[in-house]
Amino acid sequence: MDVKTWTFLIVGLSFALYIAIAIRSRANSTGEFYVAGKGVPSLANGMATAADWMSAASFISMAGLISFMGRDGAMYLMGWTGGYVLLALLLAPYLRRFGKFTVPDFIGDRYYSNAARVVAVLCAVFVSFTYVAGQMRGVGVVFSRFLEVEVNTGVIVGMVIVLIYAVLGGMKGITYTQVAQYCVLIFAYLVPAIFISIMLTGNPVPQLGLGSNVLENGVPGTVSLLDKLNGLSADLGFQAYTDGQKSTIDVFFITAALMVGTAGLPHVIVRFYTVKRVKDARISAFWALLFIAILYTVAPAVGVFARTNLLETIPNKEYAALPDAKSEGGWFKNWERSDLIAWVDKNGDGKIQYTDGKAFVGKPSFRENSQGEPVLGKHGERLLANEKTEGVNELYVDRDIMVLANPEIAGLPNWVIALVAAGGLAAALSTAAGLLLVISTSVAHDLVKRTINPGISEKGELWTARIAAGGAVIIAGWFGINPPGFVAQVVAFAFGLAASSFFPAIILGIFWKRANLYGVISGMIVGIVFTSSYIIYFKFVNPAVNSSDHWLFGISPEGIGTIGMLVNFVIACGVSLVSKAPPAEVQDMVDRVRYPREALESTDS
Amino acid sequence: MSKTPSAAARARYWRKNLSWLGALLSVWFMVSYGCGILFVDQLDKFKLGGVPLGFWFAQQGSIYVFVVLIAVYVLVMNRLDRELLGEKFQ
Repeated sequence: MDVKTWTFLIVGLSFALYIAIAIRSRANSTGEFYVAGKGVPSLANGMATAADWMSAASFISMAGLISFMGRDGAMYLMGWTGGYVLLALLLAPYLRRFGKFTVPDFIGDRYYSNAARVVAVLCAVFVSFTYVAGQMRGVGVVFSRFLEVEVNTGVIVGMVIVLIYAVLGGMKGITYTQVAQYCVLIFAYLVPAIFISIMLTGNPVPQLGLGSNVLENGVPGTVSLLDKLNGLSADLGFQAYTDGQKSTIDVFFITAALMVGTAGLPHVIVRFYTVKRVKDARISAFWALLFIAILYTVAPAVGVFARTNLLETIPNKEYAALPDAKSEGGWFKNWERSDLIAWVDKNGDGKIQYTDGKAFVGKPSFRENSQGEPVLGKHGERLLANEKTEGVNELYVDRDIMVLANPEIAGLPNWVIALVAAGGLAAALSTAAGLLLVISTSVAHDLVKRTINPGISEKGELWTARIAAGGAVIIAGWFGINPPGFVAQVVAFAFGLAASSFFPAIILGIFWKRANLYGVISGMIVGIVFTSSYIIYFKFVNPAVNSSDHWLFGISPEGIGTIGMLVNFVIACGVSLVSKAPPAEVQDMVDRVRYPREALESTDS
Repeated sequence: MSKTPSAAARARYWRKNLSWLGALLSVWFMVSYGCGILFVDQLDKFKLGGVPLGFWFAQQGSIYVFVVLIAVYVLVMNRLDRELLGEKFQ
């Protein structure tokens, strides 16, 4: 069977499974819709949290990013897992004890202010939409490449699937679908990694394959895989893979911003409300990180394997001699047809020169004739309208394709390639569903029930939540079909914003009783204004000077959220100290968050 | 029904909670920012199973340590809860 048939089969089966689960576990009350009736077992919640946490970016893009960044790629690995540690130790158990549904609920009650609640709702909705748009784009890429449908059709199919199980099942439906999606995605990630690890090093454990020696004629040789990759890189004029490229201070601050930003992501925090007791919340946090770590420790190995295979198969090969698109081994031309690989024959020798530097300015823009057909060069390659650069490099490879193309580059069987497509979809859909639920909960619960119409009936609230979820899916789909050109910048924005606003407010709310409304609001405002002006200046107003010479202390806009967070902390503490302490009932509330409920029973009930 | 813990017992519980958090987060900082970023070049002079040590901490080791940290946290907090609550702990 060919790849397309396999993909239809595997993706179709996985979708049928998700919908069947959603129908079996649909929600009947707001409690079930928001937090699955607080009855999810720890292990299942751990798997669901892992699927929620690992987005299309983790599954599709991360290993590719690492394979191009070398050692600096660790900022994503440490940032996203280290942030989880902060979440599990500093936030999740306490918010679980608080016992309401959402983070805006906590902010609103702890700082005794509906204005703070509304600001928190807006931040949560903004962060969630930014993320969902990225997931929808991931769905579109997988569909267009593997099922050869339009990206837009892919996005619409994805929307319908999410709509069915998010609107019908609420958190209960999403949780059990996410358990299934975790199993699909981790299987899909591990199978090709294990195959390629055995092919390259003979070691079936990819984490160990990373440090093993390369096979020579089927037996382990004397050269380690990383030394071989460093040698290949040096021969072609790239920096050694195991060396860093960015400055230490920049890596430090970007890692910190990613950690703190992810710790504040609303869709993961809400997962800890779905288990019975605080004790279960802690255990499920452990399961979740264990399940996440399985993928995150394989990703750097996948990065090395993909980079080695790419550098061994493509540089200095004749373009015309590469297998045709749609034929066996035709991955290079397949991805060129999907606009994600591009080659310009600068020196006219018909061979692909690949070295450090950009081949041309910007993202590839392929030339088309008046009938909309691609214009081909003399070797059959698609011609580009982009301005060429001075450098020798002739090749553009989109970083997002490395994981998806990896099994094809390594020549793995067709069913493995189809499996990877299903895994990418599982990762994107599980995260999208979790985020959509946050949006719908924020609107129905925090905005309508707690602020606008407190008298709304249980049934009315449930329907408001369903309608909000449906509306959110449609808006997210619209962004997936018409992606704003600045998605990448907006993602940096979302992390910076989460780091410089939410995180200090929640931490102070739990660990410092003296923190009050005035302090936290001024801290949030200064943090957000500082962080967003820095990002807006370098990304939108004056992108020409976006280089380390002009940055504050050499910190890039991606890492500035860390400084914003520190500023927020300082201001929040200072202003809290000079204004009056929070009311007694709020201080009692902090006690309820800090101690087990049984320890306070006499004062509590 | 057993009696509710005294205010002093609660204060002790919270102090222990904070010192454990401090200890766990120090390890968290050392493996990621310390070994993986600040001292990565010095550690790269050593090798662990074919991988430069600093590179290994940055891309593998820190994640393994993170998993262990949360496991320790779960065990410690269960113990602290049991100390505070006695037979009410379930």
